[in-house]
Order: sequence, then C-alpha cells, then structure tokens
Amino acid sequence: MARDKDKRTFEKPKDRRGTILRLGAYMMHYKWLLLGAMLLNLAGNLLALVGPMLSGYAVDAIELGKGKVDFDRVFYYAGLMIIFYVVSSLLSYGLRVLMLVISRKVVYQMRKDVFDRLLALPVGYFDTHQTGDILSRISYDIDTVNTSLSSDLIQMLTTIVTVVGAFGMMIVVSPRLVFVFCITVPLSVCVTKFITGKTRPLYRLRSRKLGEMNGFVEEMITGQKTLKAYHQEKNTIDTFDVKNKEAVDAYYWAEYWSVAGPMVNFVNNLSLTLISVFGALLYLAGQMTVGNISSFVLYSRKFSGPINEMANIINELQSALAAAERVFRTIDEPMEPEDAPDAKVLHDAQGSVDLENVSFGYEPEHIILHNLNLKVEPGKTIAIVGPTGAGKTTLINLLMRFYDVNSGEIRVDGQEIRSLTRDSLRLAYSMVLQDTWLFTGSIYDNLAYGKEGATREEVEAAAKAAHIHSFIKRLPKGYDTILSDEGTNVSKGQKQLLTIARAMLLDSRMLILDEATSNVDTRTEIQIQKAMLRLMEGKTCFVIAHRLSTIRHADWILVVNHGEVVEQGTHASLMSQDGFYRQLYQAQFE
Amino acid sequence: MQRLISKYIRPFYSRMAFGFLVKFTGTIMDLFLPWILAYMIDNIIPQGEWKKIIEWGFVMLLCSMVAAIGTTIANRMASKVATDVTEIVRHDLFEKIMYLSNKETDFWTKPSLISRLTTDTYNVHQAVSRLQRMGVRSPILLLGGLMMTLSLDPVLAGVLFCIMPVLAVIMVFVSKKSIPMYLEMQGAIDKFVRLVREDISGIRVIKALSKTKYESERFAKINEEVVERDRKAGMVMAITDPSMNVLLNVGLVCVVIVGAYRVNAGTSEVGKILAFLTYFTIILNAMLSISKMFVIISKAVASSNRIMDVLESEDEKGLKDELEAWEKEGNGAQNNGAQNNRTQETALEFRHVTFSYHGTEPNLQDISFAVKKGETLGIIGQTGSGKSTIANLFMRFYDAGEGQVLVNGKDVRKMNPGTLREKFGVVFQNDTIFENTIFENVRLGRDLTEEQIQEALLYARAKEFVENKGSQVQEQLDIKGANLSGGQKQRVLIARALAAHPEFLILDDSSSALDYKTDAALRKEIREHFKGTTTVIIAQRISSIMHADHILVLEDGRQIGYGTHEELMKTCELYREISESQMGEG
Repeated sequence: MARDKDKRTFEKPKDRRGTILRLGAYMMHYKWLLLGAMLLNLAGNLLALVGPMLSGYAVDAIELGKGKVDFDRVFYYAGLMIIFYVVSSLLSYGLRVLMLVISRKVVYQMRKDVFDRLLALPVGYFDTHQTGDILSRISYDIDTVNTSLSSDLIQMLTTIVTVVGAFGMMIVVSPRLVFVFCITVPLSVCVTKFITGKTRPLYRLRSRKLGEMNGFVEEMITGQKTLKAYHQEKNTIDTFDVKNKEAVDAYYWAEYWSVAGPMVNFVNNLSLTLISVFGALLYLAGQMTVGNISSFVLYSRKFSGPINEMANIINELQSALAAAERVFRTIDEPMEPEDAPDAKVLHDAQGSVDLENVSFGYEPEHIILHNLNLKVEPGKTIAIVGPTGAGKTTLINLLMRFYDVNSGEIRVDGQEIRSLTRDSLRLAYSMVLQDTWLFTGSIYDNLAYGKEGATREEVEAAAKAAHIHSFIKRLPKGYDTILSDEGTNVSKGQKQLLTIARAMLLDSRMLILDEATSNVDTRTEIQIQKAMLRLMEGKTCFVIAHRLSTIRHADWILVVNHGEVVEQGTHASLMSQDGFYRQLYQAQFE
Repeated sequence: MQRLISKYIRPFYSRMAFGFLVKFTGTIMDLFLPWILAYMIDNIIPQGEWKKIIEWGFVMLLCSMVAAIGTTIANRMASKVATDVTEIVRHDLFEKIMYLSNKETDFWTKPSLISRLTTDTYNVHQAVSRLQRMGVRSPILLLGGLMMTLSLDPVLAGVLFCIMPVLAVIMVFVSKKSIPMYLEMQGAIDKFVRLVREDISGIRVIKALSKTKYESERFAKINEEVVERDRKAGMVMAITDPSMNVLLNVGLVCVVIVGAYRVNAGTSEVGKILAFLTYFTIILNAMLSISKMFVIISKAVASSNRIMDVLESEDEKGLKDELEAWEKEGNGAQNNGAQNNRTQETALEFRHVTFSYHGTEPNLQDISFAVKKGETLGIIGQTGSGKSTIANLFMRFYDAGEGQVLVNGKDVRKMNPGTLREKFGVVFQNDTIFENTIFENVRLGRDLTEEQIQEALLYARAKEFVENKGSQVQEQLDIKGANLSGGQKQRVLIARALAAHPEFLILDDSSSALDYKTDAALRKEIREHFKGTTTVIIAQRISSIMHADHILVLEDGRQIGYGTHEELMKTCELYREISESQMGEG
C-alpha cells in the first residue's frame, strides 16, 4: 500500500487545466457521492478538531488541584470527547469507503474507455506503439490516478480543513499565542521550499540514473551468451561499475539533501518551545489557563504537520495528472472511421474481387500503390511474392479494410467495399496469418472463436481437415486443454494448424493466407502445407506465397518490391520477362 | 538476510555504530521536550519567575537544535553506508551473473536474474538506508517514551500499556485479513494484463473475425473483478487509520479521567497530564513506524535471499581459475603440442557425443562428425532436434555428458573457455543487438579497426542499408535493434561474427529473415573471403545448407543422416521430404 515515494518522478502535465476538467468530468458522474464525501470529510474533521478544546476544558477542571477536582466537569468533557472522536472516526471510515467506491468506478470507466478505444483503433497503431507502453497506460497510469483520487484527494481536503480549523481554534483559545506561528510558519515554508528546490532535480537525476542502470542490466543479461562468446565479460563489468556508481551516487545525494524529516521535526519542536515559554509567561500574566496551553499544544501539532505534507501531495497530484494526460491521449487516438451510415451488410459473398485504379500510401505524401488494377474471379488464387519487408501485407490491409484506399475502388461481388459494413466484409474472408494468434483458453474455444455457436462436431470436423485432430485427441484433456503462454504444450507448427482449423470453420468464400512458416519443424510444415491446400479448395485466395509450388500453380502473381507492385502476370509470362521475378526465382535455386 | 549482513554489512559495523550513537543523542533530545514542558508547568510557573521560564525555553531550543543536527548527520551517514553496501553488492552480483555458466543461467532464468539485479538490489538499498534511520529512532522513541511516562507517573503509564495490545491486535487483524486479499487482487491483475497483451497482439485476428464486442465484454468482466477486489481489500485496509485514531483518543480520555483522580488525590500534577498527552502521540507514531519497518524488513529479507542465492551458486569464473592453475602446472603446454599435429586432420569434431540439458532425456545422442579446416558443415532438423546444442557444446557453454567435443583435435574440456571462444565468430538464434551504434554493435568491445568493421559489413551484405542510414555506421540502434528490419538485424549480427576473421564461424538460424537472393550472396561472400574459416551453418531452409561440404540431419537429438546434399537425397528420407516441400516437388 505504501506508495514508493522514491520512485516518484516529478512529472508535470502539459495541459493541466484540460486534464483536470476531463478528470472532473469522469468524477461528475458521481457528483452526489462526491458531495456526500465532501460533507463527511468536513464533518469528520471539524468534530475531531473540537477534541483538544474539550480536553483543555477537562484539564482546567483538574487543575483546581488536590481534592478540588471538579469531577462532574471532567466526566462531562471526557464523555463528550469520546462521542466526538468515535463519531469523527466513523465518519472518516465512511469517507474512505465512499472515496474507494467513487475512485474504483472512475477507474473501471477509464480502463473500459481505453480498452474499447484500443479495439477501435486502426491496426497500424499497434505496429508503431510498444505493447509495454500501452499496457503501462492501462494499468500503471490508471492506477496512479486511482491512488491519487482515493487517497491524495482526501488527504488534501483533510489538510485544508484541519489547518484552517486548527488555526481558527487556536485564535479562539488564545489570539496572542497565535503570533508564535508568525515565526514558525514562514520558517517551515522557507525550509520546505529550500529542500524541495534542492532535492527535486536530485530525485529526477536519481530515477534517471537508476533507469539507465536497469536498462543496461536488462540488455546485458539478455545478451549474456553473446558477450561470453565474444569474451566481453570483463569489459561489460567495467561499464556496469560506472553505471552502478552513478546510480548509487545519485541515490546518495538525493538522500543527503532530503532532510525534510528532521527539519519538520525541528520546526515542530520550536513551536512547542515557543508555546511553552510564551504560554507560561501569559499564564503568569493571568491571560491563560493551563487547559488553554494544553489545547494549544495539541492544536499546534495538528497545524504544522500537514503544511509540510502539502508539498508531497501536490507532487503526487502532479504525477497523477501527467498519468491521466497520457491515458486521455490514448483515448483521443483517432479511430477507424465509422461505417457509412447507409452501409450494407455483405451476404453470402461469391468471391469476385475487383481492384480498379487503386492508389494507396500509408502516408498520403508517399504513395506506394499506383493505379493498381486487378480482376479476380471466384475460386482463383492470387500469389503475392517479394523479398522480406517488401510490403506484401499492404494489399491484404486494403482488402480487409484495415486501411482505406486513397483513390480508386475495391469491389467485392461488384459492391464497393466502403459501402459495406466492416464487420460483414471482414467475416467474408477467412484469414491465416504468420503470427499464430491464439488466446488463453481451451482449444475448443479457440477453434470456435470465429463462429459463435459452432457445435462440437463442426469443430472436430475442422480440426480433422486441418490434420490436428489426432494431436488434440492425444492431449490429456483433448479439446478442453487450456492453451497458455507459459504452457509450451503446443509447438509453433501445431499452433499454425490450429489457426488453420479455426479458418476452416468459417466457411467463407474468400481466403487470405500467409505461407511463411519459419521456425516450424519440418514434419509439421508438411502437414501445414497439406492443410493449407485443403483450406484453399474452392475459395478465392490471396496468398503471401513462399513455396514455389504455390507460386507456380497460382492463377495470377503480384510481385512486390520496396512496397510497390513491380510486376504482375502468370508464372510463365513473368519468367519470360527477365525481370525482378525471374531474378528472385533463380536466386532460390542458385 | 543474515548471509548478506555477515558478508556485506559487517565491514561497516563501526561506521554504523558511530551513526547510531549520533542518532541516539538526537532522538533522546526529542523525548526531553515534553518532559521539560511538564516541569515548567508544575514547578517553574508556581514560582512565578519569568526569568527561569526563559532559561528553560533556551534549554528546549538547544534540545531541538541538537535533535535536528544529530538526526541529519546520522541520516547522511546511514545513506553513505547504504550506498557503499549497495555498490559492492551490485558489483558482485553483476560480476557473478556475467560469469554464470549457461546451465546456471537456464536454472535461474534471465528475467529472474534481471529482477534480482534491479528490483532486489534496490529493495536492499532502500532497506539498509531506511532501517538505519528508523530502526534506531522508532524503538528509542517507543521505549524512551514509555520510560518517560513511567517515571512521570506509573499509574497513568498503565493506561498506555492497556491500549497498546489492543492496537497490536487490530494491526495484526487488518494485515492478516488484507494480505490474502491483495494476493488475490494481484492474481486478477495478472489476468487483466494478460488479456490486454493478448488482444493487442491478436488485434488483426480479432478485427478480421469481428470479435471486438466479444473482447470488450471479456475485458469488462476482468476489469470488474480487479476493481471489485481492489475495493474490498481497500475497505479492510481503511479500518486501520480511523480505529487507531479512536484508540489513541480513547486513551487520551482515559489519561484525563485517571489523571483527574490522581490529581484530586494529590498523587499527580496537571503538567504531567499535559506531558502525557504529548508522549502518547510520540509513542503511537513510533509504533506505526515499527509496523512499517516490519514490511520493509520482510521485503528486504526476501530480496537479500534472492541475491545471495545467486551469489552463492557455482560459476564459470571458479572453473576458469581452476583451469589457469592447471595450465600453469604444464599440462596445458603438453596438450598444445599434441594439438598442432592434428590441426590438418580435423578442425571441429564430435566423437559419440551424448548430452542432456536437464540430466533426464538426452538432447543429443551419440553424435559423431568431423570437419576439416576451411570446410562447411550444414545442420538441419526440426526445432528442438538439438541443432543449437551442437554450437553450445563447441563453445563450451555446456559440457558433453559422454563422448568428446574436439576443437583443433583438442578436447574442449581441457581448454580455457575464454581462449576457446575467441577462436569463434558466432550468431546465435535470436541473437542480441545492443542499444548502441552499428559500429559498436559489430565491434562489441574487441580491438578492431574501422576498416575491419567496414569490411565485415560489406561481406555481410549490410553495407548498402547502413550507408542509407543518416549517420551510417554511427547510426544509433534501439533496444533489441527495434529500428532495424529482421533481415537488417541478421546482417549486422553476421558482420559482428565475421569482423575478427575468426577461425571458426557458427551461424545459427541467422539468415532466416533474409530473402533467398541475399542469403545466397552472403554465402558466396563467405566462401570467397573466408577460405580458411571453418563454418557451421544451422538452418531450417535447405537452400542455406545444400552446398555445404557435410550436412548433418538431426531428429530428436539423433543423427539420422550425414553426407552431402546428393547423398542425403538418396539415403535420408526426412531430408528428401524437407527438400521436396521447400523446393517444390521439383
């Protein structure tokens, strides 16, 4: 629970006002709960403030001395104190619970908003953003906001009420003694300012140096085998020593100047000293009772502590706001454009695909497809070939409407795809990609993922067609085996077969297939090939082709290089051209 | 914890003791203040001498100053000790990890080693620093406060002693109740993170299958669970503060009531009640810090054990020292002589090697082959068939269980791992690109000239894309080479392996991301410019190894074919199958 203050970075939000307003908007959904929380806080703290006053009265009743103590008054005030404190504590518990409820609701909503937005983003977003970064926004950043809302906010309100209240009470008890704070408050403000001014850059340096060292460690341990192979142990250790020294030194200097604890304590003690001396003098002058001194001492303790805490709380709120800002930035990422309002649902696609004058670039100023024309009849196979990283997936991104064309038209069964709903268009294709994505869940759930309500028989039939049924049967739990990242119970090749089975179940008339199967063992690879051929039967296929047999038997070949379609035609016509395709083909048999 | 203390903290005992003394002085001063206040009210004020009041005021000021200065100095000393301890611990741990044998690294796993070196050493640093600060102050405040109250008025102190056990019970209750709740919450968070990670990586499939709504609902359920568990745990934790407050204040009320009787009976004075009220706060705060200390200690114990476990394990450095001693005795020289005679015969050789990573099922079984200087060996087989293991055994990352691994005719177990490895240039499967310039990535700390680096980049067919980078060879690469394509990364790695013109070159699946054309051109460069280099190519693609002088076909750690491409096409069924599936049926 204890927040790690040392790791806190002193970030500042860029647009503080806007962020506060948006955060406020989230909280405003619960404005009545929030109002309740405010009232509870006010009531609880004010009640707690009466306590020292009452104890002062009780002390005065005792002070009469031996045999003269006024027990009626002592008990009266003692009783009142207990009631006030108990009620105040109950209110304070109520407040905490209420804030927990509110902040958790806000957090739930924020996470939901981020996640739903993630699902609605164009796929390109995930190619350019690190998963770890996205994860840290949806978990760590939102958590920071959460903690801040549920505890810092309470603490800030409490501090304000306490400081103002305690000050008021002290004026009531003895307006003259309040002048003590003319010395201590400016002193504590100055000391705090000085210390934070001194430590803030040091803390920043410290987290940076620690981060650098941790990064270094991670990199070197990951590459440990390589370093050993090149006999670099000693050099690496020497570099590490430098980074280590920098990190611990930064830590030391930050701690060297973080003297807030002793200093606050000193100011408190100074207050106590001044109150004792002046209180005693005022008592002698008959201006104060012992009870007054007692209440004053207790109030002064309440008064000086929180002022110092404020600096910390403000820093925490700052980093919470910075976190909130990052979260909002994710929520503000532009979505895939909505379907056209009159978008139609694509039914029973037959599988004819036409591209007419299609131009496209991921950046509008950098067009990589120029006036591409292509007419694909149902059941034909189009092979897309080219070197690694040449942009073979671009066409697939357009067909599936992961991106929209800049100009020209793509038609499925004669209908321009932008006039169709995305969901129905995408469902008209089955897709088997290189990254064999399966989620943590049973094999059955994974296979039936694309077709809701698929029966057991259908799933098994698809698995049989994909040559994976007998493997699944051999697993101890069969189709109920849970797939997970940790359990390496399924090899990469088998995963590929599972994704093929998943595609089999879809029964669509169009197929998108990525043949690349690097790092798959050879026997499985042969099975994969058979399964893929089976999957391709009777479908309009777009294949990112790696096998020569696929390429040769394709009805049409698109040759891609540097992101652009450089040649197209049949195998025979391309071979006769003596162009890039021919080179590529020959390189393989050199 | 004890192991770490005795090894790393004991040398600092004298410095720490001195710091404790300074801290002790400072803390005691804090305790005097309320006592002086009570004394003033009960003894000085009745005398009515304002001069004395001011005198005592100065005493209080003095105490405050000594407290502030003492604590500050002691804290700084504590920080210095913590910093020095941490620096040494980290150095030792990093050195240890660098020299860990691969077997040990496998055992600990890399993520675990990384977190031991980062999070755990940080925890220890924090704990050593904080425990020195709070570890003295809180107990002194607690004990001193109790003693002060006892000396002021034993009966009133009794009220305190009654409250404390109740407080302890509440604290234990809350932590007992909340710790399992937090553990459960952690479990829910893990599930939550996994779902998000999974969905990000499968976003194309999810969209292609139009499952966004389904995923959104799945997420909502887990989100709900996390929030709910967090709320419940928070509600239990929230009991602590208010209940402490109630207890503290009930205690104060009791002191007032009991005090009233005592004053009435003439056995106590009102100033003492006042002092009590202040001590009460001090004692309670001290208890709170002590309970926090237990959290820090338990974290530090766990962390220091994790650190010491690694530090006390066996490493290669010990092995290396042993070897050096052995060579000094002259055994090494003899062996060197023997080696020279055989250089011409075999450069790399396996004689009936059997090996297992975990000592259970063999990962390699009875493997034999011999490659002459300048020849090329191709190794092909399924993933997990033991291909990379062969490279590991040559470079002595592991030692063979049975049989012999020979380099230049000499058993590798009789060679110093350092000198052995210097003969090799190697690219491992999924090898590491460091966050540094291209130049430094190729050089990798070795004594190589700019020309050698440029030449290596040329041979690795990397020159073209490197020259298209803004700063050419000085181009900064991101962590894991994130700003390079797969094929570019592999070429930089190959350049690294070639740069020192090694005697032996091992390329483990290092051209899988290259297109056929580049792959073929690369092999041609090696053939032409590294004639004296004995090369081992491990691959999945037939085309990468079909021209090798010898090809080894592995299945499940067994050698099921050995020969040239033509021979294997006739004799090895698996080889033929692979070949046909990859090259088309011909």
